[in-house]
Amino acid sequence: MPEVQSILATDCGSTTTKAILIERRGDEYRLVVRGEAPTTVEAPFDDVTVGVLNAVREVEELSGKKLIGDEGRVITPSADGQTGADLYLSTSSAGGGLQMTVAGVVKAMSAESAQRAALGAGAIIMDVIAVDDGRRDFQKVERIRALRPDMILVSGGTDGGTINHLVELAEMLVAADPKPRLGIGLNLPVIYAGNKDAYPAVEDLLKGKVALRQVENLRPTLERENLLPAREAIHDLFLEHVMQQAPGYSKLSSWVSAGIMSTPNAVGKIMQTIAAQRNITVLGVDIGGATTDVFSVFRNPKGESIYNRTVSANLGMSYSICNVLTEARSENIRRWLPIEISEEELRNQLRNKMIRPTTIPQRLADLHIEQAVAREALRLAFEHHKSLARGLTGIQQQRTIGDAMTQEGSGKTLVDLMALYMIVGSGGVLSHSPRRAQAAMMMMDAYQPEGVTLLTVDSIFMMPQLGILSTVHPAAATQVFERDCLVYLGTCIAPVCAGRDGDVCVTVKVGSETVPVPFGSLRVIPLGYDADHNPLRVEAHIQPARGFDVGAGRGRAKDVTVTGGEVGVIIDARGRPLTLPQDDTASVTRVREWYAAMGLPV
Amino acid sequence: MGTAYTPGLKVSSSTVIEKTRRLPLKGTVLVKVGDRVEPDTIVARTELPGPMQTVKLAEQMGVEPAEVKAALKVSVGDTVEKGTLLAQTKGLFGWFKSEFRSPVAGKIEMLSEQTGHLGIRMPPTPVEKDAYIRGTVKEVIPEEGVVVQCRGALVQGIFGVGGERQGRIAVAVDSPDAVLTDTVITAEHAGCIVVGGSNVTARALRKAAEVGAAAIVVGGIVDRDLIEYLRETLKDPSFDIGVAITGHEPVPFTIVVTEGFGTIRMAGRTFDLLRSLGGASASVNGATQIRAGVIRPEVIAPSETDEAIRVDAPESGQLLEGTHIRVIREPYFGELGVVTALPPELQQVDSETHVRVLHARLEDGRDVVVPRANVEIIEAA
Repeated sequence: MPEVQSILATDCGSTTTKAILIERRGDEYRLVVRGEAPTTVEAPFDDVTVGVLNAVREVEELSGKKLIGDEGRVITPSADGQTGADLYLSTSSAGGGLQMTVAGVVKAMSAESAQRAALGAGAIIMDVIAVDDGRRDFQKVERIRALRPDMILVSGGTDGGTINHLVELAEMLVAADPKPRLGIGLNLPVIYAGNKDAYPAVEDLLKGKVALRQVENLRPTLERENLLPAREAIHDLFLEHVMQQAPGYSKLSSWVSAGIMSTPNAVGKIMQTIAAQRNITVLGVDIGGATTDVFSVFRNPKGESIYNRTVSANLGMSYSICNVLTEARSENIRRWLPIEISEEELRNQLRNKMIRPTTIPQRLADLHIEQAVAREALRLAFEHHKSLARGLTGIQQQRTIGDAMTQEGSGKTLVDLMALYMIVGSGGVLSHSPRRAQAAMMMMDAYQPEGVTLLTVDSIFMMPQLGILSTVHPAAATQVFERDCLVYLGTCIAPVCAGRDGDVCVTVKVGSETVPVPFGSLRVIPLGYDADHNPLRVEAHIQPARGFDVGAGRGRAKDVTVTGGEVGVIIDARGRPLTLPQDDTASVTRVREWYAAMGLPV
Repeated sequence: MGTAYTPGLKVSSSTVIEKTRRLPLKGTVLVKVGDRVEPDTIVARTELPGPMQTVKLAEQMGVEPAEVKAALKVSVGDTVEKGTLLAQTKGLFGWFKSEFRSPVAGKIEMLSEQTGHLGIRMPPTPVEKDAYIRGTVKEVIPEEGVVVQCRGALVQGIFGVGGERQGRIAVAVDSPDAVLTDTVITAEHAGCIVVGGSNVTARALRKAAEVGAAAIVVGGIVDRDLIEYLRETLKDPSFDIGVAITGHEPVPFTIVVTEGFGTIRMAGRTFDLLRSLGGASASVNGATQIRAGVIRPEVIAPSETDEAIRVDAPESGQLLEGTHIRVIREPYFGELGVVTALPPELQQVDSETHVRVLHARLEDGRDVVVPRANVEIIEAA
């Protein structure tokens, strides 16, 4: 590749479009400026490129560099080195979520696998239809019709097994004659991931009526689950089918130097790179306006690194904020607030955010509310992830016949918080929290890390752009990631167990400082950066009280290297699981104490 | 100069309105370009294929799937009535014949030799599309529908519930601050689009249903009142609005909220316009989709006069000094003002967030600083 001097990259989120300009400075690539503007999928614009140009225009204003040509499009490649960018890349999640119906032969077997494949691909499941689900055929037909899903996944039968049931499912689809939610004249995408021997008969029935695509059987034998081909097909069709429906997507496609990548895919690439390069376990999150994506790399019992990604398509901070309210319930949101607020006021405020999703909290109280919602969105998306990040999910999972018959074969979740080395937070509410300690606290409250865990955030919410850049110019992506993107917040030390308020549950010695921390409280030991702005790393001796565990066993001391950062070493002695007083006033008092310990305003 | 971050909702006494009226399936368009249509004029019609009844012939008759074809007394494409003989086996020496009759009326659509199943498509259901607004057919979309155009008043709301309805506009309160209560809703409001001020009480919602109002248009609504009313009406105690995609609720009247949730004074301009339209026939739709391809609820009152339609100049969508704005988030939620400065650099607001702001003079004379993302441009009437 010729020497690339400048890279412009945008990420079109459901709510905000972010643009970054990267330039080569001496021997390395660095972030120069960042701009953002609301995503313009609404009238009167109805064109995602308007928001892209607005964000790029902000970059132009801040950098003094001309990036938009007279014809109103991004200039790339740069002809003279002065205007435009050598590379222009973009990621997108502007089209919103994906709504699917899945169908299988046996509800507890192939239909369950199909459901897992669709959930893992980021879809909202509208219904699970199975031959044995107890409903009559015409009821299923009516249901498929009424739902108008974006896509249908059909599965069932082991290879060489039942054909008739698959044909029955296909007959049901013919009878339903489903139309896609968007657009007359398009055929509804149907992914067939069932018995390969049944495909010719299914194809005969469905050809010309739907846009049929065959992938490998997601349950080729009873004991083997093979979700990846179906997940990838869903993902491909999601990009082609749902995202292109976001107005202006085709136009944007004609501007970029490489194909537009979906935001979760791009962020996933970064998470995998971090885990691989550092040989660590990672939990990552990208919390957006409509969706929250969770990524993890944990080790399976054989010691192999397993990557999992889930997209909670209905948990987010703007479009989906009231879905967080519905799923979490208001009392779970209110429990994180350092202020008293009535139920009615909270609900009205969240509704107003839902209907005007691009607004920003101007008052501190409004920020507290959004950050409380974020804790619940993060928590729920993490629960979703844990439920799916099992065994070898996403790769080829071997199940024993016994597992398959008892349905315990989904395995134990791979997520092990005590074994987790690092949490990476991205997304507006984390990256743009006015104080980094707020981001640290949101992640601690939502994930409740155990033992010793490094906390980091994406500095300005640019992981999607760096994710796509890593596929085109890995060196530039790595350099910008290390220098400008990853912000170290510090190390969280959290003993696991419950105790009595006020009793010392852990004593931490960092350098010359020894800090005993009573149960129910938080303490911060400042630990920042060295002269080169690298986070300080020092040895720490952690002595938990009897019954408490920081990773070495109950009551056993642990010596570790802790990493500093924007906040420092945070000793979270609030117990695991973290519990809050039931009474509103007592809860507010307790949360205020924690805010004070973290140096946060209320 | 800066970009207007939130496009304003349209509130106009006279604008060109176009509505695309499209069938869910291909069908026949019943009107032509230039035709005058009323809201209830049927502009296109089609037939929704009936559901297919699967008859498991092989199983029912106790034969192998491959033997079904030989036993069939009907062919694919035949129309059958309930009770028509579908299949009959030869039996043994003419004895022990088994036969199977159609359980429904319809058309034989398919026979699967693989499963021995017969598919009978039941009679179609007619689907019609009306014009929704009074106006003129501007364009015909062959086999799908039409675009109806009119000039008239348009009020876009921020959130709504319920679908398309028509009625006369009836302003039931004296001011945009007034709360719409059950006592002011009377039997005279049957079939009307009832306009309130800053809020509508839970009792007023029930009264509106009782008298048969077509719609309620109001500045604000308390979330709990709305959700409880919907739970009660839809007989679903767990009903909630997770994402803002509405319009299909089977509610007795449509609700259009112009400002937001809580008690919020209806914007004076909106209230004055609706008051000036008192007695006029209007179309209303509560459908809201706040996601890619947003849909906002609306009240449309076509002009009574047959004035020539000319298209308005496009809106600039730019935030400039002197631009009229409305603040759409606390602490100045609902206040109107004029932009006085647009500093380019980021500024810190009370939440400690660093954002692009604007300076504005509110109607009451206060000079305030507001994040640009928290205002909407008020479009020219």
